[in-house]
Amino acid sequence: MSANQQPILEGRGLSKRFGGHQALNKVDFQLFPGEVLALAGDNGAGKSTLIKCISGAHLPSEGTVFLEGKPIHITSAQEARTHGIETIYQDLALAENLDVGANVFLGREPMTKMFGFLPMLDRKLMRSASAEVLDTLEIHTRLDKPVRELSGGQKQAVAIGRAIYWKARVLIMDEPTAALGVPEQRKVVELIHRLKSQGVSIIFISHNLIDIFAVADRIMVLRRGELAGERNAKDTNGDEIVKLMVGG
Amino acid sequence: MNQTVKPASSGSSIIKTVGAIWSWLFLAFLIVVFEIWARLSFGQTFLFNLNSVQSILMATVQPLLLALGLTFVIIAGGIDLSVGFTVGLASVTAAQVMQSLNSSLPSGIGLALGIIAAILIAMIAGLVNGLLIARLNIPPFIGTLGMYGINRGVAFILAKGTTVPVDNPVNSALGNGSVLGIIPIPVLITLIIVVIMHYVLSQTKFGQYTYAIGGNKQAAQRAGINVERHTIGLYVLTAALAAVAGIIYTGRFTAGAAQAGEPTLLNAIAAVVIGGASLFGGEGKVVGTVIGALIIAVIEFGLVYINVSPFYQFIAVGAVIILSVLVDQSRRSVVGS
Repeated sequence: MSANQQPILEGRGLSKRFGGHQALNKVDFQLFPGEVLALAGDNGAGKSTLIKCISGAHLPSEGTVFLEGKPIHITSAQEARTHGIETIYQDLALAENLDVGANVFLGREPMTKMFGFLPMLDRKLMRSASAEVLDTLEIHTRLDKPVRELSGGQKQAVAIGRAIYWKARVLIMDEPTAALGVPEQRKVVELIHRLKSQGVSIIFISHNLIDIFAVADRIMVLRRGELAGERNAKDTNGDEIVKLMVGG
Repeated sequence: MNQTVKPASSGSSIIKTVGAIWSWLFLAFLIVVFEIWARLSFGQTFLFNLNSVQSILMATVQPLLLALGLTFVIIAGGIDLSVGFTVGLASVTAAQVMQSLNSSLPSGIGLALGIIAAILIAMIAGLVNGLLIARLNIPPFIGTLGMYGINRGVAFILAKGTTVPVDNPVNSALGNGSVLGIIPIPVLITLIIVVIMHYVLSQTKFGQYTYAIGGNKQAAQRAGINVERHTIGLYVLTAALAAVAGIIYTGRFTAGAAQAGEPTLLNAIAAVVIGGASLFGGEGKVVGTVIGALIIAVIEFGLVYINVSPFYQFIAVGAVIILSVLVDQSRRSVVGS
């Protein structure tokens, strides 16, 4: 990443207190276009709090988030979404009883007209559009089945597909590989590479150093709510990251 | 697009197909059994006379109207135990309004005002259900059980502990008239509501969000769906449909009664379950519920028709509920594998 490039997303002095507990303390970060930024840290280090402050789930107690240099004030997930910031939570937030198209378009369904006057859901459009978006991720699956019947990696792809269909420029992924078996983890790593090559900027939260080194350009380590260090992935190694995490 | 189709063994695909249409098959099977039984034991047809068909359909009206609302509520992962007495509340309200206006206004207008009052009071009861569940986070089972008691009490108080006779010819025509002497008006009303509810559930955002909330409430919330408002809407809708059942009751028996819907609640829930809805939410269809309600009506009418003691109806309907859940479970375990 060149130093003179403008970050797509930036946080300055982000703090979050819960009562007397300082969950996040004056954290700065930058995310550059087309970059994968890994967020590492032990449990309770503030990773989740940080992304919640970006994704609209929390309002930071102090500090400002900038999108392409302009300060933004995000109070809800919907608002984050209108800025092109999509978050994929660990539990994926899919309605598993509905099919792929219904999930990609959940809450934003396209409508058409029955007999020329009666509004109805445009399921055909939902299906073809989600087929296209899964094609760009090179995921092939039956689209007419409930999501429940897909594999863990395919579900992850549906959640990612939903985000990129809605033109996410910043994708925040919370432990995307945690609940998956090894082959499926590899699939998700591949997916992240593909997204990156399509110009999406990604914040990737993980406990898993192997996955972090497989996808990240830069690694930010948090410890007890503070920034413990920041390294380019190619200039560091697992030992150094672990040291930063535990404070050795 | 590449579609990867899992090869299904022929055995499991048969179970899948049968599982998907078993309620239709079961309904057909019941009709055939009763037809054969009626012919063998007293040389009469069961189904092929207008009176039987009308009786079965009339018996379907009340449980089906309750079951249609319950289909939505159950798909969204809720339950409404109060609907039985919402019927009574609406029935008594309609009767009281019509009676008090009887001398001063034409019958048609009296009926119209009675209908409006009945639907409004029922919607208030539904709104309370919705607020208790969506806003105060009371489990649906408990919240609507409380409203079961409250609706019941209010209905009996409004009726002064007795039935409220209605002297209104238009009201009586609504409950007892028929189109061309063939289709009873209550059946026609129910049919129209079935078509509308099928459309709403299968083709609109309201229907889609009902499934989404039942499948994963948090996902629905994160997708920007107003889960609270939607949930309240579901209970108001269910109550309004129960009110229609109450209005039809008042027309049919030319009287309002607090206990008008009391025995129907369990049959209505049974119809939804037999129709393939999951009490865990996320699954169900209007057409399934219609078949479920018809199955119950055919069993009840058929057993009377062939002279079986009415107490066996309870046993038969109970057995069918258990059977339908077993069929559903085995279908799911095949699909899931």
